[in-house]
Amino acid sequence: MKKLYLFISVLFFSLTVYSTEEIVSNEETHDKSDNEAAFDPTPMIMHHVNDSHNWHLFDLTDKESGKVHPVSIPLPVILIYNGHLDIFLSSKFHHGETSVKKEDREYVLYHDKIYAIEETGFQLNEEHHPTNPKPWDFSITKNVTALLLSAFLLLAVFIPMARKYKKGTLVPSGLQGFLEPIVLFIKEDIAEPNIGKHNYQKFLPYLLTAFFFIWFNNMLGLIPFFPGGANLTGNIAVTMTLAFFTLILTSMNGSKTYWGHVFTPPVPKWLWIIMIPVELIGVLSKPFALMIRLFANITAGHIIVLSLVSLIFIFKTVWISPASIILVLFMDVLELLVALLQAYIFTLLSALFIGLAVQEHH
Amino acid sequence: MDLVTPAIGLVFWTVLIFLILLVLLKVFAWKPILNAVNERNESIQEALAAADRAKEEMIKLQADNELVLKEARIERDKILKEARDLKDKTIAEAKVQAKLEAEILITSAKNAIQNEKRAAINQIKNEVATLSVLIAEKILDKELGNKADQKTLIEDMLNKTNIN
Repeated sequence: MKKLYLFISVLFFSLTVYSTEEIVSNEETHDKSDNEAAFDPTPMIMHHVNDSHNWHLFDLTDKESGKVHPVSIPLPVILIYNGHLDIFLSSKFHHGETSVKKEDREYVLYHDKIYAIEETGFQLNEEHHPTNPKPWDFSITKNVTALLLSAFLLLAVFIPMARKYKKGTLVPSGLQGFLEPIVLFIKEDIAEPNIGKHNYQKFLPYLLTAFFFIWFNNMLGLIPFFPGGANLTGNIAVTMTLAFFTLILTSMNGSKTYWGHVFTPPVPKWLWIIMIPVELIGVLSKPFALMIRLFANITAGHIIVLSLVSLIFIFKTVWISPASIILVLFMDVLELLVALLQAYIFTLLSALFIGLAVQEHH
Repeated sequence: MDLVTPAIGLVFWTVLIFLILLVLLKVFAWKPILNAVNERNESIQEALAAADRAKEEMIKLQADNELVLKEARIERDKILKEARDLKDKTIAEAKVQAKLEAEILITSAKNAIQNEKRAAINQIKNEVATLSVLIAEKILDKELGNKADQKTLIEDMLNKTNIN
């Protein structure tokens, strides 16, 4: 059953990666100065799916000039460049229209990326990519803000829930009654059988935190307006970090059998030259799959929903909207399932990988 | 390519925030929750065990009760039997006593009757003797008035009385 599950999720993941790559490659072939009348959904979708230095709320059209003003929440920009730390609000860029000067350093925002301007000015190469150096960017971006909000949400949900137990009321009530079975499911059906009765306690806090972090953020990402809508768990940096934690846990707690299998595989010694790299790739590919699976599933969901909404603007008729609404509704419900499923799969596979590393003998 | 290029800033913040979140949740949420759930499980197990023990105790008590009842029943039967025996004995004794009393009474009554009878007979005898004398006096007075009669009577009498 588990193998079937895995197979389906891998299949799903491979399909979604294909679709994202297609859209990514489309983006470059399109020219921005194309016919104004034709609506191109790709930049809009890419903008929504990617991280940003502003939290975009809505657009205002100036009645007199007909110009469109984006209205967004400015977020702090934190840059390290040439050994200097610069902190300012992203509103100083005026949505990329002006550069920001700090003493002798000048920064510019181009396609939600910050570049430093040297003496030569701002230059683009033949592929329309800036050639300017990038400062170290530790800004509180949209995703970092969403990350903080979700962290507070998790604390606000689980700390009062824990308090309820301390009061001595043993019968769960309210949200506690809904979340307790999930906590117990992770403990009894994910951690315990996969890691083993003697070791699982140590890894339980990580698995629980990872599960609820991914699940909550997956669901928050489905909300189309502030404070939701950030594609946090569909961001490769976030999934990479989470997968990296699993890799660290597996590597730090790997038993003698586990590492012995990697560095002294049970094959003739002359084969080690092939087998050891293969085993090392195996060690790395597990968290790599975790990273890609979560990223691709969540991003794909966002892209599909946004594409379906874009249909209205592509066809330029309101009559397509019922179809759009029904399809988006269907996708949102499906994404709710995917949100839970991906959190479950990430936790389950993390537990499985930890379990494989912790095991003493086969 | 932006989509698949991890941004260093986001990695940094994710590591930082996730680790802080992990520690805070571990200390303030997971530990109390899991401990409470474990405690509850234990208490439920204990309660179930206690219920089982109580059940066993009850079964034992019931068995004891049965035994006591059985004993009580035997005791009752014994007591009843004894009572019945006693009753029978008492009745029998009473019967014997009554018979004896009755016999005594009858005997004394018989004696009294006998005595009375004897006394009556004696009295009658006396009366009869007196009457006989009287009658004899009268008869003699009348019969012995003439000489012939006197002679016949004597002869008759002598005839009747065998003189050897």
